Amino acid sequence: MKWAVVVFPGSNCDEDAAQAVRETTGDVVDLVWHDATDLSEYDAIILPGGFSYGDYLRSGAIARFSPAVEAVRREAGAGKLVLGICNGFQVLTESHLLPGALLRNNHLQFRCEMVELVVDNNTSPFTRAYQLGERIQIPIAHGEGRFHADPETVEDLRKRGRIAFRYAHSPNGSVADIAGILGEGGNVLGLMPHPERAIVDWMGSVDGRRLFQSMHQYVEEGLADARANA
Amino acid sequence: MKTFDVEVRVWLKPSVFDPQGHAVEQALHTLGFDGAQNVRIGKYMHLTVTGETEAEARKSVEQMCERVLSNPVMETYAYELKETVV
Repeated sequence: MKWAVVVFPGSNCDEDAAQAVRETTGDVVDLVWHDATDLSEYDAIILPGGFSYGDYLRSGAIARFSPAVEAVRREAGAGKLVLGICNGFQVLTESHLLPGALLRNNHLQFRCEMVELVVDNNTSPFTRAYQLGERIQIPIAHGEGRFHADPETVEDLRKRGRIAFRYAHSPNGSVADIAGILGEGGNVLGLMPHPERAIVDWMGSVDGRRLFQSMHQYVEEGLADARANA
Repeated sequence: MKTFDVEVRVWLKPSVFDPQGHAVEQALHTLGFDGAQNVRIGKYMHLTVTGETEAEARKSVEQMCERVLSNPVMETYAYELKETVV
């Protein structure tokens, strides 16, 4: 399978994301500039962390209008896997590919630390290699990660199993301790923590590996099925 | 074609916690301004727009506010618009 990592002006976790995918799956990864209009050759697309367009106006607000995000919207509609990490999550909510919004942390501090997450859904293409209720260690690095949505939306996310990860101890005041949510079709995931920073021992945790491996396994199975039916 | 001067204000909805407003409110209380309450921090934007009529200009500004200048999920906006006299 083939991965794309979209690079916006101001992205700074693009290389780390690409390296994490290579390291954990051995797949081919292309860094794709934000003016790309066609991403149909890729099986999975990552919107990386950073400060796209300087986070001017609101985090992710300007990136939403870039050609690459239009292409991401098309591929997400076609069922391709889309993973938004940190600033990528903010871009996905601003683009309405995911509900809610990410606001200033309730304590106003930028937090850069290892946090404990609880896996709330292990049937999605992103989380199938985890156990339900498993506690994993993944670092965060954000000042605007407080997930907000109206109570009806949060209840709907909960009922439909669209909360993928929760914080064991919320570092930012997110409603329902939400750290990561799935899109309606289950093929889009946005999360504030950085799985690409937890893939080898010296990083302090290897719990991020299985997220990329889940995606790899899901896509490869789909490709194998398609070949068998061809 | 007329030109209009537009002032847009954007701030968090009343239902959304505003940590900046809260911190400023605490600071005001520390300084002895005990009566200061419900502090909300927002953004101010200034622009000019052109249009054939004021109604057309207003419609355009409202679309800008809904689609770009504010995020209706968490924010609300207000604006003032007046024709610039050359």
